[in-house]
Amino acid sequence: MNNTETIKKEQGITQKTERICGSEAIIRCLIAEGVDILYGYPGGAIMPVYDELYKYRDQIHHVLTRHEQGAAHAAQGFARISGRVGVAMATSGPGATNLITGIADAQIDSTPLVCITGQVFSPLLGSDAFQETDIVGISTPVTKWNHQVTKASEIPEVLAKAFYIAKSGRPGPVLIDITKDAQFGELDFKYEKCTGVRSYIPVPKINTDTVKAAAELINTAKKPMIVWGQGVILGKAEEELKAVIEKAGIPAAWTILGASAIPTSHPLNIGMVGMHGNYAPNKLTNECDLLIAIGMRFDDRVTGSLDTYAKQAKVIHFEIDPAEINKNVYADIAVLGNSKESLAALLPLLNKNSHESWLQEFKDLYAIEFEKVIKNDISPTKEGLTMGEVLKQINIETKGNAAIVSDVGQHQMIACRYSEFNKTKSNITSGGLGTMGFALPAAIGAKMAAPEREVVAIIGDGGYQMNIQELGTIFQQKVPVKIVVLNNEFLGMVRQWQQLFFDKRYASTEMTNPDFVTIAKGYYIEAKKVTKREELADAVKEMIASKDSYFLEVCVEKEDNVFPMIPAGASVSDIRLS
Amino acid sequence: MNKEIKTFTISIYTENNIGLLNRISAIFQRRHINIESLTTSQSEIEGVNRFVIVVNITEVQAKKIIGQFEKQVEVIRAYYHTEEETIYQESGMFKIKSDLLFEEPQIQNIIKESNARIVTVNKEFFVLEKSGRRNEIESLRRDLNVFGIMQFVRSGRIAVTKEEMKITEMLLAFNNQ
Repeated sequence: MNNTETIKKEQGITQKTERICGSEAIIRCLIAEGVDILYGYPGGAIMPVYDELYKYRDQIHHVLTRHEQGAAHAAQGFARISGRVGVAMATSGPGATNLITGIADAQIDSTPLVCITGQVFSPLLGSDAFQETDIVGISTPVTKWNHQVTKASEIPEVLAKAFYIAKSGRPGPVLIDITKDAQFGELDFKYEKCTGVRSYIPVPKINTDTVKAAAELINTAKKPMIVWGQGVILGKAEEELKAVIEKAGIPAAWTILGASAIPTSHPLNIGMVGMHGNYAPNKLTNECDLLIAIGMRFDDRVTGSLDTYAKQAKVIHFEIDPAEINKNVYADIAVLGNSKESLAALLPLLNKNSHESWLQEFKDLYAIEFEKVIKNDISPTKEGLTMGEVLKQINIETKGNAAIVSDVGQHQMIACRYSEFNKTKSNITSGGLGTMGFALPAAIGAKMAAPEREVVAIIGDGGYQMNIQELGTIFQQKVPVKIVVLNNEFLGMVRQWQQLFFDKRYASTEMTNPDFVTIAKGYYIEAKKVTKREELADAVKEMIASKDSYFLEVCVEKEDNVFPMIPAGASVSDIRLS
Repeated sequence: MNKEIKTFTISIYTENNIGLLNRISAIFQRRHINIESLTTSQSEIEGVNRFVIVVNITEVQAKKIIGQFEKQVEVIRAYYHTEEETIYQESGMFKIKSDLLFEEPQIQNIIKESNARIVTVNKEFFVLEKSGRRNEIESLRRDLNVFGIMQFVRSGRIAVTKEEMKITEMLLAFNNQ
């Protein structure tokens, strides 16, 4: 690779070069990129870098997780709440392969990560050396970019490129594999940030004609509807989106990863689309005359059957990634570019409007959903505790200001449906990959990136046990995260499907659980278990009031189901309320 | 858009980096698309590689995978073309026993008529090379097979397009930024 021709570097003061070793160069690059926290786990092939981390411990804080998967998810949580690049580090072989789930999760959820893995000495590559694995080969399909460094002299340029690629355009994970001899080798160190790669166009130029055409369609639409996704958050376009929906009076729904970009309480926020989203936006997707998709990718969990998805509507797709255009849903108008700039260009072209009778249709359907589902979820009269009422208590105690980190399954859907969000970047969850075990480590990263925020992890009893070892990290690092396990002694979402589609054959979904309170206490984390409704409010209050980490187990009804629901492969308008 | 399965020639201009073939082939593999042929070489631009890949897919699929190629950081541009939009060739090599040249006089006629080129001749064997369309090479193979072929190999398709490729301008634009 001839980097001098293919990448652009920041023009600045010419630095003097310094003769240092590769491992020190890695740390100096991280510091130059503003990294002050990283997550990882040491091992043979990355030891020279850890030795430098020790020397630079005043400037860069390494968090020892209990498993490399935890490190990857913690880096994700860090990135999702802060918009900064999360950094994870691991040794070769199993260390590197353990990062893969987190990397795949970051790839599908567009999370900027730089993962650094150690590798065996370059002469040993391909010899089946101890802890050698082809991590570049393994990670290729799940990284935005990856590269193996075998010479110390390549380190500054490759890491500069890694950070630039991870955070620019549609963000994503980058993996840099560095052989041990490159870590030991010396180089003349000088760091210049990367500002461009010739084969890579991070943000397509906005075509003003498409913006005009979009505005015309919006101005003439009778029943327009917006569905926004994480692209609004990644593009820092929350204010622009708010201005657009308010000016044109357009009801706006969100995908799971778009949650919190507009406050829950906003009158034009009509809720979540998708399999367990709200009744109105799903149902009315098939009645709107114009569907405006902003920074979202028409995931199958959002669209249900594509053959019957919004066929009556014209579609405008605002999107940064050209590969998403017409991938799943045909767009009559595609506005390529960064959401912030596109929406800012759109705003002045829009007529002031309010689609009152159209908005009323959403309100009417909400009333039905409230009566048939929501009321029973958040203010139940039956004996058993519901997940929804726990979320309601958390909303009350946090006043909607918490960042909610959810795992995957029923509790995730409940958390996304019922959390009140006042601030953007408040819903951190594994949307695309659906990675159980995500929440506990991601909450660690989120709390460390934003210590001023209340971070509440909502986890099921299944997912909790997939990365329960990270309680050790919480204890050692004194991370004051609040952990809520909604325990129904089942892999609830799978059980729900077994009940609905497999005649209640509960194959391997029932869980005999340990005493979670004792486990948390074993890590010296304050812990409480709630089994009765009358204990719930005080317990949540105590948890939120706690200055330290706190574990709360809530034993909820074992066989509750999450509704509404669009059965897999059905149309969004066939959404079921029971 | 057309949902009929057709033969498309995909051209991908890339940086010359290790691992890129893996990244590109994974895009086919993930979508269960069989690669009929694949050739990679230096392109008309110094330092830029060109992949020429032949696949049988629908045009809808072709458009989508072009998006996936261009999304790769080290891919400069990708294109798809139909048979009518390209000029393409393959090359085949035949290793045959030299004795046959004298024992089977027909072989000399076959060589002449097929416009095949003799690359080398020695006491034991001679090597023929034939460039052209797949059916021409196949036809020659069938004709020679009667007499016995010691070794046969055929290259993947190489192709140039009738339309202009705007890669050079794109790269110049980057350099002048």
